[in-house]
Amino acid sequence: MAVTTETREQVKALDKYKYGFVTDIEMETAPKGLDEDTVRFISAKKNEPAWMLEWRLKAFRHWLGMKEPAWAKVSYPPIDFQNAYYYAAPKKKPTVKSLDEVDPELLETYKKLGIPLAEQERLAGVAVDAVFDSVSVATTYKGKLEKMGIIFCSISEAMQKHPELVRQYIGTVVPYTDNFYATLNSAVFSDGSFVYVPKGVRCPMELSTYFRINASETGQFERTLIVADAGSYVSYLEGCTAPMRDENQLHAAVVELVALDDAEIKYSTVQNWYPGDENGKGGIYNFVTKRGACRGRNSKISWTQVETGSAITWKYPSCILQGDNSQGEFYSVAITNNYQQADTGTKMIHLGKNTRSRIISKGISAGHAQNTYRGLVRVGPRAEGARNYTQCDSLLIGDKCGAHTVPYIESKNRSARVEHEATTSKISDDQLFYCRQRGLSEEDAVSLIVNGFCKDVLQELPMEFAVEAQKLVAISLEGSVG
Amino acid sequence: MAVAATPSAGGAYLERYADARRRLAAGSAPWLEGWRRAGAEAFRGAGFPTIKNEGWRFTPLYGLVEGDFSVDAPAAPFDQSRIKGVTFGREAGNRLVFVNGRLRGDLSSLKQLSPGIELLSFAEALASRPRLVEAALGTAPGLAGHPFAALNAAFAADGYVLHLAPGARSEAPIEILWIGSGADKPPVYHPRNLVVAGNGAHATVIEHHVGLCIGAYFSDTVTEIALGEGAVLRHCKVQDESREAFHLALTGARLAAGAHYDSFVHSAGGRLSRNEIHVALEGRRAQCRLNGAYLGRGEQIVDHTTVIDHVSPETSSKELYKGVLDGRARGVFQGRITVRPNAQKTDGQQMNRALLLSDKAEIASKPELEISADDVKCSHGATAGELDDVSLFYLRSRGIPEAEARRLLVEAFLNEVIDSVALAGMRLTLERNIARWMAGPA
Repeated sequence: MAVTTETREQVKALDKYKYGFVTDIEMETAPKGLDEDTVRFISAKKNEPAWMLEWRLKAFRHWLGMKEPAWAKVSYPPIDFQNAYYYAAPKKKPTVKSLDEVDPELLETYKKLGIPLAEQERLAGVAVDAVFDSVSVATTYKGKLEKMGIIFCSISEAMQKHPELVRQYIGTVVPYTDNFYATLNSAVFSDGSFVYVPKGVRCPMELSTYFRINASETGQFERTLIVADAGSYVSYLEGCTAPMRDENQLHAAVVELVALDDAEIKYSTVQNWYPGDENGKGGIYNFVTKRGACRGRNSKISWTQVETGSAITWKYPSCILQGDNSQGEFYSVAITNNYQQADTGTKMIHLGKNTRSRIISKGISAGHAQNTYRGLVRVGPRAEGARNYTQCDSLLIGDKCGAHTVPYIESKNRSARVEHEATTSKISDDQLFYCRQRGLSEEDAVSLIVNGFCKDVLQELPMEFAVEAQKLVAISLEGSVG
Repeated sequence: MAVAATPSAGGAYLERYADARRRLAAGSAPWLEGWRRAGAEAFRGAGFPTIKNEGWRFTPLYGLVEGDFSVDAPAAPFDQSRIKGVTFGREAGNRLVFVNGRLRGDLSSLKQLSPGIELLSFAEALASRPRLVEAALGTAPGLAGHPFAALNAAFAADGYVLHLAPGARSEAPIEILWIGSGADKPPVYHPRNLVVAGNGAHATVIEHHVGLCIGAYFSDTVTEIALGEGAVLRHCKVQDESREAFHLALTGARLAAGAHYDSFVHSAGGRLSRNEIHVALEGRRAQCRLNGAYLGRGEQIVDHTTVIDHVSPETSSKELYKGVLDGRARGVFQGRITVRPNAQKTDGQQMNRALLLSDKAEIASKPELEISADDVKCSHGATAGELDDVSLFYLRSRGIPEAEARRLLVEAFLNEVIDSVALAGMRLTLERNIARWMAGPA
């Protein structure tokens, strides 16, 4: 499969990261480094209640005694946690009611990102809680949601306005002792989103947040908490882009979902952070802890992710199926190209009776990338009638990349039925030949086949994301054919 | 619940049997003693693995670490006629019998060895073929860094050595019978077996591990296999140790171009058993098939761990393990398939299925694919569950009593693997074993 010069050039043009730019806004940053004072600074800055500071400090002290996990199949130089800023906020604290009051430079950034707030507000019907380097600057559609009793705001705001809700749920799914990065996040998290959907309310629109890492050397520590009360439904979208930069940036987010009786949460992610250049220089380290608890009967949590960015992805969105008849789903497409490394998967912990889970994971590895699916399906002794179906497929493009599958399956209940299937292969020559013979260029053919390969996952995405994701799949693989 | 096994436990274990090691050292060639000492040091450093070690997270070594064994324990007298009951009769013409890891010449028989085939005990081979042993020892994949390979090296005294000259073919299967039999103190033995097959050689080896006593014993076996170009080894192992026994077996096989290693393992005995197989497909078109059928009940832990390394292009591996777990038994399956960067056109298929018959039985399985070449076809599958209600109902509706229906379904489940065994006599034995197991605890 020879690549024509023309293709090479096209690829070169496309390879440039589309969203690589830096917005110059005066930052108010905490001093470099991490100690108890940093934690106190962040907490004070956000005017947090005392219990929150206490919790952060407990996490920080616990973190000091922890070691970085080394079991994932990723390699990177050691991170100097003292050589980073842990807090950065746009200086002008925006207290805006309409978009006109927002710093024009910020608005320009969003435009470049392709999320013009005004347009989205009017046309798409999507309420956007835009997080610009840790502090949310504008929240739209709040009024409409408020009328239904839905709380959708930044977690700092929630801490001021609904401290009882935050206190009741924060850290109950991902405790501050959970793992190295989650503990770090618990100590220094700067902001994130908070969603509470009251009993019986079906959230009428997709809630979405665009995260964006902006200030140089500022690790982002997002903390998201979504609570769906009995009988409610909410769909949440998360999409990410980040500017081009040489320094590796650390992102250690924590996402907690709580679904009570008959509630359903759908959480979709398109992650397109800067993956580093074609030689593996730079890029984001994405070490994320995402976990959902299906606490109530008949509750459901569904994770859908399209992971195309980041130099390193370390992420295992999980479901704890506590309630009887609860359901967990995980749909994932992870694409790695050049020198990207992804170690991602899910955990499905079946505790309640008749709990069901479904895992569909598609890994695509090209260039020199390493792509690992790592997952756990555990069926507890009381999970009568639990069902799991897992399918992990890997596609290899090029002979320098790797695809790995490491599933753990533990069943302690005989009535449970657990099925796991995994395959690894390259794009079939027959399929490629068929497409080429019908006049498709090689790259179009590959894009078509890969999109077909990912279809089971992409179709789970909300409409707003589906189109973007399909394009992303194609763009991420540009330059890998041949 | 954590096992109190720390690296220091390794040192303590070595101290406990220091006398036995001194006895072994006396009269051993310097190279051999050096090798044993290296093993002892490696074990001292590594200690017993604990559930904190990734490869042992599902297999706690309860009772083994603190066990008080005897290296040179005399065997309890056993009824020799029982040997007949556990061998494969006419199909095996050549037989070595080991009692507590030591060859018993009086029970062994070597009648029909084809030309070019040597079968001796490890102790004999050290005396008559030291070069062969020295060259082959410690070369198999999977041994480096393995705590029980190190422990085995420290105490290796006997075992079997099978040498096949190029082109040699053994017409009749070679049978190795391992008898564990403790008297006052539970015995421990560390057999080291070597199979070296020249280009184009063919052989079938049947290993049978039985306990002819009720008590505990600990068998820590290492088998090293090197197959030359186009050589074929059929390796069939039946593990039917006593219910108190600890059975840890590590097999490492290295395959040259076009060689074929065909392994079948049946595990039914032992309080704790682990059968670990490492295969390195080093030559082009080398292939292996690893199959297994296991049964567990009571408090048994039955562990099967396999590592297949596709080093060269056009290699293939096929793997199927099926297990039935009852009582409070725990089944463990860990299978890794690695495809090296230039091992294009690799075909690797792996499947493991477990049937849980009781509420307390459990299965942990961890199939792994680690693939660094693109033109490959690799897959793995794993299932766990109970007997299919629909099938059971079908049989019951045809007037078959429930117990009978369950037996039929379990047998059918295992037959898929049993059928892969080439020797008809062996298949019969296995089927009988399974039927006996289904009939209930002995």
